Amino acid sequence: MATGHLALGQEQGERSTDHRIVNDFSINVATVNGSGSQSANSVLLKSIFGMGVPVSGKNLFPSNIAGLPTWYTIRASKDGYVARKRESDVLVAMNAETAREDMMALPPGGVAIYDEQLNLKQYRDDVVCYPVPFDKITAGICPEAKLRKLVKNMVYVGAVAQLLGIDLGVVESGLRKQFAKKPKVFELNFGAVQAGFDYAKTTFTKQDPYFLERMNQTAGKIIIDGNAACGMGAVFAGVTVVAWYPITPSTSLIEATADLLKKFRVTPEGKATFAVVQAEDELAAIGMVLGAGWAGARAMTSTSGPGISLMGEFAGLGYYAEIPGVIFDVQRSGPSTGMPTRTQQADLLSTAFLSHGDTKHVVLLPGSVKECFELSYAAFDLAERLQTPVFVLSDLDLGMNNWMSEPFAYPDKPLDRGKVLTAEDLKQAGSFARYRDVDGDAIGWRTLPGTPHPKAAYFTRGSGHNDAAGYTERPEEYQKVMDRLARKFENARKLVPVPVVVKNGTSKIGFLAYGSTDFALRESLDQIEKEHKTSVDYMRIRAYPFAHEIHDFVASHERVYVVEQDRDGQLASLLKLDLPGEQVAKLRSILHYNGLPLDAQSITDEFATKEGL
Amino acid sequence: MATTTASGASGPKLNHIGLPMLEYRGGKSTLCAGCGHNAISERIIDAMFEMGVEPERVMKMSGIGCSSKSPAYFMNRSFSFNSVHGRMPSVTTGAILANHTMRALGVSGDGDTASIGMGQFVHLMRRNLPMIYIIEDNGVYGLTKGQFSATADIGSKLKTGVINELPPIDTCSLAIQLGATFVGRSFSGDKKQLLAMLKAAIAHQGTVMLDVISPCVTFNDHEGSTKSYKFLQENDEPINEIGFVASFDDIEVDYDSGEVLDVQMHDGSHVRLRKLLADYDPTNKANAVHTLMEAHEKNEILTGIFYIDTQRPTFIDQLNVVDEPLGTLPESLTRPPKSALESLMANLQ
Repeated sequence: MATGHLALGQEQGERSTDHRIVNDFSINVATVNGSGSQSANSVLLKSIFGMGVPVSGKNLFPSNIAGLPTWYTIRASKDGYVARKRESDVLVAMNAETAREDMMALPPGGVAIYDEQLNLKQYRDDVVCYPVPFDKITAGICPEAKLRKLVKNMVYVGAVAQLLGIDLGVVESGLRKQFAKKPKVFELNFGAVQAGFDYAKTTFTKQDPYFLERMNQTAGKIIIDGNAACGMGAVFAGVTVVAWYPITPSTSLIEATADLLKKFRVTPEGKATFAVVQAEDELAAIGMVLGAGWAGARAMTSTSGPGISLMGEFAGLGYYAEIPGVIFDVQRSGPSTGMPTRTQQADLLSTAFLSHGDTKHVVLLPGSVKECFELSYAAFDLAERLQTPVFVLSDLDLGMNNWMSEPFAYPDKPLDRGKVLTAEDLKQAGSFARYRDVDGDAIGWRTLPGTPHPKAAYFTRGSGHNDAAGYTERPEEYQKVMDRLARKFENARKLVPVPVVVKNGTSKIGFLAYGSTDFALRESLDQIEKEHKTSVDYMRIRAYPFAHEIHDFVASHERVYVVEQDRDGQLASLLKLDLPGEQVAKLRSILHYNGLPLDAQSITDEFATKEGL
Repeated sequence: MATTTASGASGPKLNHIGLPMLEYRGGKSTLCAGCGHNAISERIIDAMFEMGVEPERVMKMSGIGCSSKSPAYFMNRSFSFNSVHGRMPSVTTGAILANHTMRALGVSGDGDTASIGMGQFVHLMRRNLPMIYIIEDNGVYGLTKGQFSATADIGSKLKTGVINELPPIDTCSLAIQLGATFVGRSFSGDKKQLLAMLKAAIAHQGTVMLDVISPCVTFNDHEGSTKSYKFLQENDEPINEIGFVASFDDIEVDYDSGEVLDVQMHDGSHVRLRKLLADYDPTNKANAVHTLMEAHEKNEILTGIFYIDTQRPTFIDQLNVVDEPLGTLPESLTRPPKSALESLMANLQ
């Protein structure tokens, strides 16, 4: 995370203890992958949350099991900004390999807490340094040598808590909750926190301006990652068949789903009301989803870009044979293998048009953990209503990082299982044609395998078919089905989640964005107001096909900046295909695609440049 | 025969659930006249009729190719899914997971299974999913005009004169090694053996894998082909003679237990395998694979039931799911209550 901010020797003492910076800074913990720092970082994050201060955490990790550098950034923001902050103010340097680089990246007046052996003071005289003998402290409180590597992390938690003013009681109760069933582990870990705290208290005089103070901004809120929230949404949508293949960063979505299923979906007799299958690859995973959806189940899979590419052929079958299914794509940096542990939003176009031929898909775009939950269960209703695969596009930043949120509300409507004919219906109707538009909504009625009626069966195929599901190569029969599919997609505009009007005032300029871009863009709106005295409107898109409100938003502004996390402006491209010709020229792009989560200042700066501000 | 005659002498013959054969028929075949696949469709109709399987309880699954078209030519009252090339196993797995009370009959070909579909085929065998998987095996790609498939024998000759030099994949020995619990090979021209094998397959609970050699009259029925009618008629070596006694048949037949292996199936029916090959034991995996490999070396085509295991739990048993189909469970069983979400939210605060 060395951002190359070099300012050696300049502006020394610019930030002094005279002006206190309270609840508005970012901590960067630099460690080694596999060293067990995750739980220590989580304790720090939850302690700040426990003090009522808005907080967010980001794990910037390598594609590696153990040994490579990893960083965890924690941002405390009294104003509630949760996007990544471009520079970190406080460094906790635990990794010798990157320590110098991490040190150089600090802004003047920044803070470094580090292992005393690293002697980082030699590199910067404009940074406040707090060297800590971690190994000595750890050895003193942890007699078992093999546990020391893990316990050492808790020592920095204690030192950071003392230096920044985190209430030790909050740390203690957080740890107690985390190790509720393991009192000995709690004792050992809290002992380490206490030792780090005591060392800092007796050794250092506070020289930096950063302080945490209690607020009341987190009461009633929860902390959860987007993948867990998506999994929760699927379980409360009543998912019954889950087929998947492991891939970063989607795996934890399935793990969360499976854990909840085991918790809530086992009958008193010990039988499961669900099936989770680890498939042999992504092709098999989506094949199982479509087989299950065809036979009446709410089925899902979850993957990331490479898996989406593999699912292409089946996605087209699902579209053309009109089979429900839900596919989560937790996007990572592409193309190809790309950077598996870094974030991006570059699967939008390939997902919207996944497969050959005239194929297009409904894509839902959650922009918060709360929406990960809500759009996840909405996806199952939409898939069965529209009889088609529905994609939910999340990303690594939203999916794998912890976010504050209002608690999730229980779904207020019963499940919508779509248009399914029973044997009783068939007895009255006499027969049915699977793909005939009898209701004028471009959606046919389907039967499920096993429906006990001699006329219930139909032939499902990906080859050319007429509206009675018979094989055809007749031009007019083929085209009739294709035209109805197009009408069905058009009608979906009214069924998908409507966009969120974040800000719509009198500005001539608008922003359009989706997904995790929202966190940085909201902060950027405030920055643009403050730094450039300019007000910009903002609409957040939540689904493809685009709702008519999105067309109206573009029509009512002179210039619309589409902010997204990919190189080619994929959302802008998709909008250009959809908008009337005269509106297209209004669109311009602000793009971010280096793998790091988007930060507000980058948007603000590029906007100002493009607007000539 | 497991059939009864309708009370009126003029009425059609009805099976034991009271349906005439007509109710098991499908659409008119669009395959070539004389295609082995059509004979297999006929035997499927016979077997399902004689076993009294309710057509609405059957899912006909297939991939892509001549073989995979054939589900349109039998059992119109059954639900059918013609999926994508080589991927029928995953679609069937999903369908059975959604409704494990249904029977699944998959029809594939040698290209659909042993080339593009090999990945899904081997994993299907490992899972022992309850289904019947039939390979209509002619050694060539018909719809694309006669290229070799991966089951073609070494030395086999195409009409164009091209000789196959790569070893064939033996889908039967693979299936046995990987965990399928009922594995056999037959020939579309052997009505009696194929019908008995299919009836036994219907009575089995786990994965049934049947490789049925089915000559392609257009591209692989000439001199030099090892999958022609003539070659099969001359080289087919049955290892056992299959007798089948259905659970609803009240027949007692004496048999010599030294020469005949009696296998009781889960539905109460009996499969009786009369030994034709000395010392062959179809319950011994290693022996089965060894025999198949030896036959390859001798250029023999063995047919019969090679392996049977009625004890191994199926994939559905292992998943320990409720008795009802998962797909149509009511909302009260699939959406956890409000209190569940509230407790989750409380834990996250």
